Amino acid sequence: MAEFALPANSKIRKGKDHAAPDGAGRPKKFRIYRWDPDSDETPRIDSFTVDLDDCGPMVLDAVIKIKNEVDSTLTFRRSCREGVCGSCAMNVDGTNTLACTRFIDDIRGDVKVYPLPHMKVVKDLVPDLTDAYAQYAAIEPWLKTETPAPPDAERLQSPADREKLDGLWECILCFCCTTSCPSYWWNGDRYLGPAALLQANRWIADSRDEHTGERLDALEDPFRLYRCHTIMNCTKACPKDLNPARAIGAIKQRMVARR
Amino acid sequence: MSNRDRPLSPHLQVYRPQITSVLSIAHRATGVVLAAGLILLLWWLAAAASGPDAFGAAQDAAGSFLGRLFLFGWTFALFYHLCNGIRHLFWDIGRGFELGTVALTGWLAVVGAAALTGLSWVLAYAAMGAL
Repeated sequence: MAEFALPANSKIRKGKDHAAPDGAGRPKKFRIYRWDPDSDETPRIDSFTVDLDDCGPMVLDAVIKIKNEVDSTLTFRRSCREGVCGSCAMNVDGTNTLACTRFIDDIRGDVKVYPLPHMKVVKDLVPDLTDAYAQYAAIEPWLKTETPAPPDAERLQSPADREKLDGLWECILCFCCTTSCPSYWWNGDRYLGPAALLQANRWIADSRDEHTGERLDALEDPFRLYRCHTIMNCTKACPKDLNPARAIGAIKQRMVARR
Repeated sequence: MSNRDRPLSPHLQVYRPQITSVLSIAHRATGVVLAAGLILLLWWLAAAASGPDAFGAAQDAAGSFLGRLFLFGWTFALFYHLCNGIRHLFWDIGRGFELGTVALTGWLAVVGAAALTGLSWVLAYAAMGAL
């Protein structure tokens, strides 16, 4: 049964308020979720006022600035700072996105920053992605074949067949989609979620893969695939403009077509 | 630290309502309303079958202000579930997944349901000679 309220240990309280630096030309308040595993306290929201005249344009720039200049204990994942690695996925201003590709100026009022929704928190903005990675591993994301490869060449694919993988291979596994899905919130232990299912379709749709039937068999389950109710929050959230909902629809169509 | 002790990050509490998820939960809610309304419809039919006194009482209840209010809500639920159901049929054949199309057909379902509800009530009152 879906649990709509937060458990007692997850209730959020008010935290510290860090004022704007002196003479700030364009102050902007960032309200950031904090949780310290080394204390017994419940999560809190700390406020940091940043001078945008002295800060890069992206939400990630501000978060890094806060860590460098105000509170070095602020913890988050980041790497490429240009939307190709998927590390800095978080909930910014109420929707999941990459902090590095979200402009601060596009956000009205205070900037609210939370970890990806309905996940166990490791620390501050770092969610535990163990289950999400396990679900990705469960769809066996590699080429599976029976016939031997040509001795002197790669397994070839026509340009038309290669095109069928566009919109699937570009996924960076940031899990913005999976953690935006209410169905995953309520059934994340058994439903694979949009990111893993988009990747499942990436191999199902691959003309070189020879295990399409087994892949579909593994998904023929009331929960793994069919907890998708085409809510479409996944597609709305994807920072790479991919369409997990369409990919899941394509898998469902194959399930019907092979009967 | 075991995972059991870790807090759960906020979800419904912080996620901004999206047209996608709001229309989806509305589909679920109108389905529930339709099922509940069906029970009342059965009660009305049973009253009609059991005699003029029971049927008169059922008619009075349905025709009261509260009864009409509920019937109005029930017809909107019916038409919204119908219109949004058509979106689901298109998704089932692999069409209409683009974000722009999703927003457009979503608003069409809401406006269409409101228009069909209004139209059927105008027709009903006209048929009763009340207009």
